[in-house]
Amino acid sequence: MNSAANTKIVDVIIMIIIGITSLLCLVPMIHLLALSFSSNGAIMAGKITLFPIGFNLTAFKAVFLHSAMIRSLIFTIFLVALFTAIAMFMTVIAAYPLTKPSLKGRNFFLIVIVLTMFFSGGLIPDYLLMRELHLLDSIWVLVLPGSISAFYLIILKSFFSSIPLELEESSRMDGAGHFRILWSIILPLSLPSIATLSLFYAVGRWNGFQDALIYITSPNLYPIQLKLYALVISGQANDMSIMEAQNAGAPVPQSLKAASIMFGTVPILLVYPFIQRYFISGVMIGAVKG
Amino acid sequence: MQLTPNTKPLTKTISSSPVKTFFNNWQLYILILLPMIYFITFKYVPMLGVVVAFKDYNVFKGIFDSQWIGFDAFREIFRMDAFIKAIRNTFVLNLLDLVVGFPIPIILALLLNEVRVKWFKRSAQTLLYLPHFISWVFIGGMATQLLATNSGSVNIFLNSLGFESIPFLSDKTHWVMTYLAAGFWREAGWGTILYLAALTGINKELYEAADVDGATRLRKMWHITLPGIKPTIVILLILNVGHMAAIGFDRPFLLGNPGVRDVSEVISTYVYTVGIQSARYTIATAIGLFQAIIGLIFLLSADFISRKVNDQGIW
Repeated sequence: MNSAANTKIVDVIIMIIIGITSLLCLVPMIHLLALSFSSNGAIMAGKITLFPIGFNLTAFKAVFLHSAMIRSLIFTIFLVALFTAIAMFMTVIAAYPLTKPSLKGRNFFLIVIVLTMFFSGGLIPDYLLMRELHLLDSIWVLVLPGSISAFYLIILKSFFSSIPLELEESSRMDGAGHFRILWSIILPLSLPSIATLSLFYAVGRWNGFQDALIYITSPNLYPIQLKLYALVISGQANDMSIMEAQNAGAPVPQSLKAASIMFGTVPILLVYPFIQRYFISGVMIGAVKG
Repeated sequence: MQLTPNTKPLTKTISSSPVKTFFNNWQLYILILLPMIYFITFKYVPMLGVVVAFKDYNVFKGIFDSQWIGFDAFREIFRMDAFIKAIRNTFVLNLLDLVVGFPIPIILALLLNEVRVKWFKRSAQTLLYLPHFISWVFIGGMATQLLATNSGSVNIFLNSLGFESIPFLSDKTHWVMTYLAAGFWREAGWGTILYLAALTGINKELYEAADVDGATRLRKMWHITLPGIKPTIVILLILNVGHMAAIGFDRPFLLGNPGVRDVSEVISTYVYTVGIQSARYTIATAIGLFQAIIGLIFLLSADFISRKVNDQGIW
């Protein structure tokens, strides 16, 4: 009896610790959300904790009316779609041949790919190459250099090789070439892993910052992360129209900044619950095969 | 049929087989062609580009026609205080991350493993994994919102309780702690995944046997659970040590500010400052190359240790 009660207490303590830790992951975002919906006075008085006080939409309206912000968002959505499509295409056409023993020099190709996981030219040689290729300050510099992740390629290759050979044998009898087999047999069977890797690529591109910082100079090609950086962190906000548009009753920069940051993260928060388990399975595959 | 062998189809099969094989292989090579062009262009050409470190790179002359200068750039970077500081900061921040941060996912995983209420465990995991998907730009922005000395929410709250403001972002020691905490916030939950996977692999009978012997929960954790995930712990520890010289760009860059540059400037951000902002390509390439070599030494040592300890390399 006594030991059962003890177990109960320990259970409760563990759940409290875990509960607090997991809430800590969420609290900063909730606080930020509350800030972005709150009135000036309440923010300056430091009254905001987890719920907005003096609820208003001024800050969000300002962000939405800020045409450069909207342009950046639309551009980023387009960029992520383009990047994910190209990266997935490249990864698939690289992974399939590498599962075929009839590809002469397969090991050589694999070594060429795996070596890039450990060696790189570094920031400056990359930058100089982009300049030589005249890719600087274009959307392609955000798409092409990262269009195959060697790591995801290895994951997809190991998935492709787990598909039983018998499944493609009958179509090979019918004289189907590799293009047909890849398109009508391998791809339909791999949709879950292709979806998973697409999400990896998409989230990576959405959150990507460093390459844009280095390669992009024209503001109309700023992906959302760079835009937010310029607006919120590097303090360029002051000379931006978003501030000039404000008049009396305008939100303090605090709520405006909070609203901008939320603005760039909401898409991730929206898809996260649906993609979470795919990511976990991806990590597991990576851990086993990587 | 077998009694009356027809040679004609047979010869046909033999003669068409190599053609067919060639045709099939031809398609495979077409498929792999574009990816290979990608790897050579975007990965291997920049590797050759490190020769910039040994040349007095001139934008107008290009890489080929710029003058060779041998190891001059390397001699110069070692005379630069900022470079030495960046190396020191890189190692100090990584070491603190490892020493303080490494046990956190292990403890979290052990605790999560003890939670028996399924829905609670699953919701906790969902929340714990979430920060991993939040960009450093967001976290950097959030840090200024929450932690700024005058206007940050945390300090406003502390002031309202009558406490002094804490300079989370502007004082060097506090900044390092903020840097560490932000990293733990983002990655500690995510880091539990591999341990939780290892935990599911532990033989349930061991626990039942321990129950029969009347072992307490703590003893089971110590004698069964921990040994069960020990291989995972060792591998991840070695891997982490192997990456000691490498440091991401986003985290120090986006959390840092000019006031704490003394401790926040690491090699990745320093290469950016010198190479991109000041356009000193030769120097910046030399710094990058130096870091890559040190990083390789660490990785190879980690692999060597892993082979000794686990009879298995880290790759």
